[in-house]
Amino acid sequence: MIRLIEVKKTYDNGTRALKGISLRIEDGEFVFLVGPSGSGKSTILKLITGEVLCSEGRLMVNGYNLNNIRPRQIPYLRRTLGVIFQDFRLIEKKTVVENLTFVMRLVGASPREIRKRVAYVLQLVGLDHKGDRLPSELSGGEQQRVAIARALVNNPQVIVADEPTGNLDPQRSLEIMMLLEKINELGTTVLVVTHEKELVNRFAKRVVAIESGRIISDGTGGYYNNESV
Amino acid sequence: MSQYNMGYHLKEGFHSIFTHGLMSFAAVCMIVACLIIMGSFSLVAVSLDNTLGDLEAQNEFTAYVEEGMDEAGARALESQILQIPNVASATFVNGQQALEDYRERYVDSENAVLFEDLPEDLLQHRFRIRVVDIEQLAQTVEAVEAVDGISDTQAALDVARGFVTVRNVAGAVAWILILLLLIISLFIIANTIKLATFHRREEIAIMKMCGATNWFVRWPFIFEGMILGFLGAVVAFFLQWGIYSLMVTAITEYGGLQLIAIVPFQTLAPQVAVIFVAAGLLIGAGGSLLAIRKFLQV
Repeated sequence: MIRLIEVKKTYDNGTRALKGISLRIEDGEFVFLVGPSGSGKSTILKLITGEVLCSEGRLMVNGYNLNNIRPRQIPYLRRTLGVIFQDFRLIEKKTVVENLTFVMRLVGASPREIRKRVAYVLQLVGLDHKGDRLPSELSGGEQQRVAIARALVNNPQVIVADEPTGNLDPQRSLEIMMLLEKINELGTTVLVVTHEKELVNRFAKRVVAIESGRIISDGTGGYYNNESV
Repeated sequence: MSQYNMGYHLKEGFHSIFTHGLMSFAAVCMIVACLIIMGSFSLVAVSLDNTLGDLEAQNEFTAYVEEGMDEAGARALESQILQIPNVASATFVNGQQALEDYRERYVDSENAVLFEDLPEDLLQHRFRIRVVDIEQLAQTVEAVEAVDGISDTQAALDVARGFVTVRNVAGAVAWILILLLLIISLFIIANTIKLATFHRREEIAIMKMCGATNWFVRWPFIFEGMILGFLGAVVAFFLQWGIYSLMVTAITEYGGLQLIAIVPFQTLAPQVAVIFVAAGLLIGAGGSLLAIRKFLQV
């Protein structure tokens, strides 16, 4: 579960990215976080992953209180999350399988567990036949599938995706979103940051709209049709 | 560290050396250069210390037995002299032998005629005494003078003080320079590894975002640094051997430097090997730790 209560964030350069955000995402939900550039979407993700700390308010993620989290606890918080980026951020010198196995090694998984789980998630994302390829040998859509597999491999409670379709064509974007929906149906909470209206409207999911550091709407389906967002 | 991860970190360290071959080569070259500079200086310092030690050991003083004491009585003083602390050896020289020594010294001189027809009991019996620690020469001379039957002593106290000063200054300068070179080496190697690590900052950031602890990220770099350090140490050892041998040949051929007692490399090889490997591992691992510190703040 993710819970933000009156969260404010002011960066060292004086930029007020969040001006009092309250948001509650329950286990198993699928939520779109939408808004224009500079609205504070990425700051919310950075707060959730522990990259930055909030200036005011309270923030709880998967049982971790991020108001007084110690630096050495942050890796353990991140293991409860699966993060997907717009630019995939795969390790270029590792094969698809190696990009997944190192994440399982972080949690001390045995080689047997790793083999079993990696095969499962690769099958889930439809890349079970491309395990020995390097990221550079894959298309953009396939690379994003690897990133999703990597986010999934440690069976996280929440998947956080930052513009996961930003670098993909409409067809590949739809496939990726459908894959995230499938993962959500299997029980994982999914939070997707995006500004692609058509894609959001195609899925009848909860949409949280944010602008100038404040939530301006929060509801299920169709909210992104509002031209003010 | 998980039981399954040690092998993984080691493999990653090895793998990374080859995937970043040019940077690995640069790091090994830096380690070799630094070790050779430090090693050459240390070996020169060891040889200098050895030379000073030899010169110190040759420093002796003479204690004269009272005039009129017979040879048997004079020889009996030896045991008393040897009991004095800091006395390493005492060699008895009777008056006749002392006169012979004088004659031999001036045999080819125009003054040789002065030593002809001298009475055989002209010179006193005496002891040539060597000390363990030249710094305590003055106290030892005093103690020998206090022995009943010793009339006088002749010791080059100024020369002894000079040796002590030279040895202490040379030792201090050597240590300061070695320490400075070590610090400079660490700095250079840390920066070389930092350069090698710079284009892997993205990889580190990805690992951190996936929940890697700092130590999970550090271990492969530490192993990589240690492997590079070890390789550097092995190369530096053999190069050092070659350089030192060339230096010994040059000094041996140049007669003016015969005074310097060069220690053969074979004598020092085990110590040099151990020190090089230890220093290589230390600066490799230390350099890696210093280099990735900044990139861990994600």
